[in-house]
Amino acid sequence: MKMTGADIVIDGLIREGVEVIFGFPGGAVLDLFDRLNKSPLRFILVRHEQGAAHAADGYARSTGRPGVCMATSGPGATNLVTGLATAYMDSVPIVAITGQVPTPMIGNDAFQEADMVGISRPITKYNYLVKNVNDLARIIKEAFYIARTGRPGPVLIDLPKDVQRAVCDNYKYPDSVNIRSYKPVYKGHPLMIKKAVEAIEHAKQPLLYCGGGVIISGASKEVLKLAARCNIPCTTTLLGLGGFPEDHSLALKMLGMHGTQYANYAMHETDLIIAVGARFDDRVTGKIDEFAPNAHGNVIHIDIDPSAISKNIRVSIPVVGDCKEVLREIIKRIKPKKNPKWIAKINKWKKQYPLVYRNDNKLRPQYVIHQLYKITKGNAIITTEVGQHQMWAAHYYTYTKPRTFLSSGGLGTMGYGFPAAIGAQVGNPDRLVVDIAGDGSIQMNIQELATAVMHGLPVKVIILNNRYLGMVRQWQQLFYNKNYSYTCLAPTKDCPPGCTRFIPDFVKLAEAYGAVGIRVTKKAEVIPALRKALRTPRTVFVECMVEEEENVFPMIPAGASVRQMMGGMA
Amino acid sequence: MQHVISVLVENRSGVLSHIAGLFSSRGFNIDSLAVGETQDPTISRMTIIVTGDDKIIEQVNKQLNKLIDVIKVQDITEDEYLDRELVLVKINCTSQTRGEIVQIIEIFKAKIIDVNQKTLTAEIAGPQDKIGAFLDLVKPFGIKELVRTGRIAITRG
Repeated sequence: MKMTGADIVIDGLIREGVEVIFGFPGGAVLDLFDRLNKSPLRFILVRHEQGAAHAADGYARSTGRPGVCMATSGPGATNLVTGLATAYMDSVPIVAITGQVPTPMIGNDAFQEADMVGISRPITKYNYLVKNVNDLARIIKEAFYIARTGRPGPVLIDLPKDVQRAVCDNYKYPDSVNIRSYKPVYKGHPLMIKKAVEAIEHAKQPLLYCGGGVIISGASKEVLKLAARCNIPCTTTLLGLGGFPEDHSLALKMLGMHGTQYANYAMHETDLIIAVGARFDDRVTGKIDEFAPNAHGNVIHIDIDPSAISKNIRVSIPVVGDCKEVLREIIKRIKPKKNPKWIAKINKWKKQYPLVYRNDNKLRPQYVIHQLYKITKGNAIITTEVGQHQMWAAHYYTYTKPRTFLSSGGLGTMGYGFPAAIGAQVGNPDRLVVDIAGDGSIQMNIQELATAVMHGLPVKVIILNNRYLGMVRQWQQLFYNKNYSYTCLAPTKDCPPGCTRFIPDFVKLAEAYGAVGIRVTKKAEVIPALRKALRTPRTVFVECMVEEEENVFPMIPAGASVRQMMGGMA
Repeated sequence: MQHVISVLVENRSGVLSHIAGLFSSRGFNIDSLAVGETQDPTISRMTIIVTGDDKIIEQVNKQLNKLIDVIKVQDITEDEYLDRELVLVKINCTSQTRGEIVQIIEIFKAKIIDVNQKTLTAEIAGPQDKIGAFLDLVKPFGIKELVRTGRIAITRG
């Protein structure tokens, strides 16, 4: 069949099961856009391309299906970069389609030209510059295949304008993919599985340590089954939240820099780490030489990406494969077991060092999140920006199901949460989606208010406004002698007259965009305000004027060990 | 320790920059890299010489394997292999020194490929120790220019 490049893209996306594209038009994608509004594909028009990439990411993380974003050449494409890097760090399947100047002009410094395959190389799983329209169908097929298989990640297709217009004489969308150099391994090696089973059976103080891989592979049930059968406590990383039900008696919640004390003590004392889809990153391990000293290298590491294994710490039993398949094989072979002494020890820590905040009559940020959890009964999809509010969202909302906590863990991208919430809402129209934000982060992609309102997306944004870039301020307080260099966003009572620091009025701002704004200044107003927000079937900003210098605890300073953990309350 | 890593990759534009980019972004040091088509024109072979401890080399292997365009990675350092490098060297010479230089070239079975009043250009191919010894001997005459291909290697049998 004869078809133009632009038509092949539309047809390919439909055949890949895509229902929605997040994007922004421009000169180099005019041909694509000429087909888009006549196609059955839904298009969400963002106000900045970074928003498109994060929205595609939020869509993908919340649904498990690849997210698609589209931008024009040059600045449109470079605006996707932060979103692609965010998705790459957290292994999120995205297919990004960017326009490019016509092939004869590539390399001529043409108007709106940027070398996108060059720029995106280190932040995508793979990328393509399409030079021939006859390759296009295969490339689209491969892009989706690469994005969602193995360790997922973003794939970029750079599509020159003349290729969009060119005609392919015998178009046929391929049925299958065969990339000889890309064959992800899903089944674990039987010998390693046997060793893993033996190690678990011999361990006296085993600990499950689950990362985002558990959620990606859909292995939550298997993790729970293994934990329950062999009485193994389970801690998760930030990206693993929701991978293990936090209301379960074996749950230790998050570990690491801002993890619970009991999770970190458990990691310190365990004699066998069972890492599932996690990568021992520095926010988890702290000082690597003092990490998990009692395990003595007794580590089972299950991951689909061989390069994640033995990268940061030595692993005794590497199992390359899909978390779900490997855990199933382990469960099949393993005998039930009790670890009463170990569990007793853990329960003692849990009792002795619970997560706490000062619950006085002041408006504390943790209280807001705790109430949100109670009101929503844990049934919301929570997204976050990056900073203190992100950690409080991890602490005081209890996650029991996978794909309910979406946060930029690896890259730590401020401005992620709001567009991600938009993407999650598009993918889950019947769910409640709440972005927990700070007054700093929300301003990084605030323009997406227009997107949410225009598309009628009832996303709720809770802004914990402490008038500071709080996480950086906390570090300045603790490690830089309270030198609050450029982290204060609004005048405080200590400011000299004429201080020009400024934060917009988020309530008026929401209203100016046609959304609903609610301000909370007292503790007593929190519950009614949250209830009102959740009742309102529109985009709502809830601005909570919380305590200014609240800190996130527990905390292990960067590069320190569990011995230097600061516990307690703010 | 120096490792010889032999990599089969898709013969496509952009693959070399993917590999070079991997080394720079992960902080690995390439000592040399040689690339060329194999008997299958859709596949290229890269011979990469890289220095690092076991942990670094393990990551180099895994990260190379992770690249979509990489078909096969072999660390052949511990295998029996043959390696060669081709070197072109322009040496300062005068009528007094020319004879001595020519002698050295003959001993090493190198080849003279250009000669004029002031310089003599030699071509030498061989394993590292031979090239090293040759260069050590001609160095005192003054090396004006040195061009090396980087090592290529093949396993025995």
